[in-house]
Amino acid sequence: MICQDCEQRPATLHFTKILNGEKTEFHLCEVCAAEKGEMFPGSPGNFSIHHLLSGLINFEQGKSVGGLSTEKPLRCETCGLTYSQFSKSGRFGCVDCYSSFGAKLDPVFRRIHGSMEHSGKVPRRSGGKIRINKEINELKVLLQEKVAAEEFEQAAAIRDQIKKLEKQLANS
Amino acid sequence: MSLQRFLEKAVSEWMSGEGPDSDIVISSRVRLARNLRLHPFPMLATESQAKEIIGQVSQVMNTEEFQNLDQFETLYLNDISGLEKRVLVEKHLISPHLANESRHGAVILSENEAVSIMVNEEDHLRIQCLFPGFQLKEAWNISNQIDDVFESYLDFAFDERRGYLTSCPTNVGTGIRASVMMHLPALVLTQQINRILAAIGQIGLVVRGIYGEGSEAAGNLFQISNQITLGHSEEEIIDNLYNVANQIIDHERAARKTLLEHNKIEVEDKLCRSYGILSNARVIESKEAATRLSDLRLAIDTGLIQGISPKVINELMVLIQPGFLQLYSGKDLTPEQRDVRRAKLIRERLLSVVDQ
Repeated sequence: MICQDCEQRPATLHFTKILNGEKTEFHLCEVCAAEKGEMFPGSPGNFSIHHLLSGLINFEQGKSVGGLSTEKPLRCETCGLTYSQFSKSGRFGCVDCYSSFGAKLDPVFRRIHGSMEHSGKVPRRSGGKIRINKEINELKVLLQEKVAAEEFEQAAAIRDQIKKLEKQLANS
Repeated sequence: MSLQRFLEKAVSEWMSGEGPDSDIVISSRVRLARNLRLHPFPMLATESQAKEIIGQVSQVMNTEEFQNLDQFETLYLNDISGLEKRVLVEKHLISPHLANESRHGAVILSENEAVSIMVNEEDHLRIQCLFPGFQLKEAWNISNQIDDVFESYLDFAFDERRGYLTSCPTNVGTGIRASVMMHLPALVLTQQINRILAAIGQIGLVVRGIYGEGSEAAGNLFQISNQITLGHSEEEIIDNLYNVANQIIDHERAARKTLLEHNKIEVEDKLCRSYGILSNARVIESKEAATRLSDLRLAIDTGLIQGISPKVINELMVLIQPGFLQLYSGKDLTPEQRDVRRAKLIRERLLSVVDQ
């Protein structure tokens, strides 16, 4: 079959569009279909990250929903966003959505990132214990390097620093 | 007047055509997404809440630490026209999202335009560093320094388990998006690109056109960035992208060498014809212009055509876009008028370079 638009290339995409109850059949080549901006499955142009995301989030929800539920919809108390709104928009409303939607988010993060836990930079102000722990570990590595290089004076200073941080950690 | 300066100066530092491996890597970018703990994300923020964010950010800008970093200026999106916003997008100084969807957004730009900090975009803060050539690690270092200064004054939304909390779950954790924009004409010509792009997708990286999500890879330009932000450290993410980009650079160089060794006359003919068209065309669409400019860039980078700096090509890539063409003409143009204006601009620019 030849593409109905350019009447030159072979038609590789066949689809039916129903608009206001009126059914139309299309037979287009890929070039003409892309030019017309027709939606067809498998075309990368039609997918934004948020379409994909919404699919990933809904996947989990779809599985658990069976029949009518009497449960109250899951909602973030702080900003009022419901889980279903989140799953549609793919956006959180505020910081507290993360705790409000809690464990439901684990599979979402696992699907997007293959992981559920952060292992990068920790801010000083909001990082709390994790920041101190990280700093202690970094200093321990440095301490070993200094000992190996026989730079004992510097090693002693680092050791004191570690002790100070450990004390800070115990008191916090 | 400051807005005028950013609009009139077509060439940002990232377009200088300089920097390591600039025959293949056009620019390197690192962006960090950050939010303030006690405020709703921009999607839900009211006008006064959005203004409050801008106010807090401005306070940090006035501190000595921030001023020691560089000289910055703030532009408020509410104060500028649609066309002006478009030009800032075309220069990659703001995102399409900030231009079109953000309410009460602002952007803080460094004098050389290498740093742009968007306020009230999808997240409260988006710290972006854009460097010419292959300078991914340098871009990360500067972004990290800026982040440190903000963080010493503002309470960022951070969770020990999830990391930096962002509006979109795709940015959570490190909040980092690192990318390199690469010119890969030889990999396209030798039809190796699809294989390489497929491999990239399998290792947590993603390829986009130069204007980000959903845009096409016009002019053989590919933007490669990390997809995963949770579970890996910033350094791991940067290293991973750096190593992959390095391999692609090697492949592209090898493909260029093979092409010129085995198909010299065909390749020369193709590239020189494009130069001919760019120097003489009276009407040119943006897609063709991008393709021809890619050819000309390859001819320059391989030494086939001399006397034109790669900077001219980078500059033209930005200047031939709709926003710039209209800004320079001082009026709205129909697509047909733009094609004529575009051809004229390219002709004049190339002629002026050759005359020098």
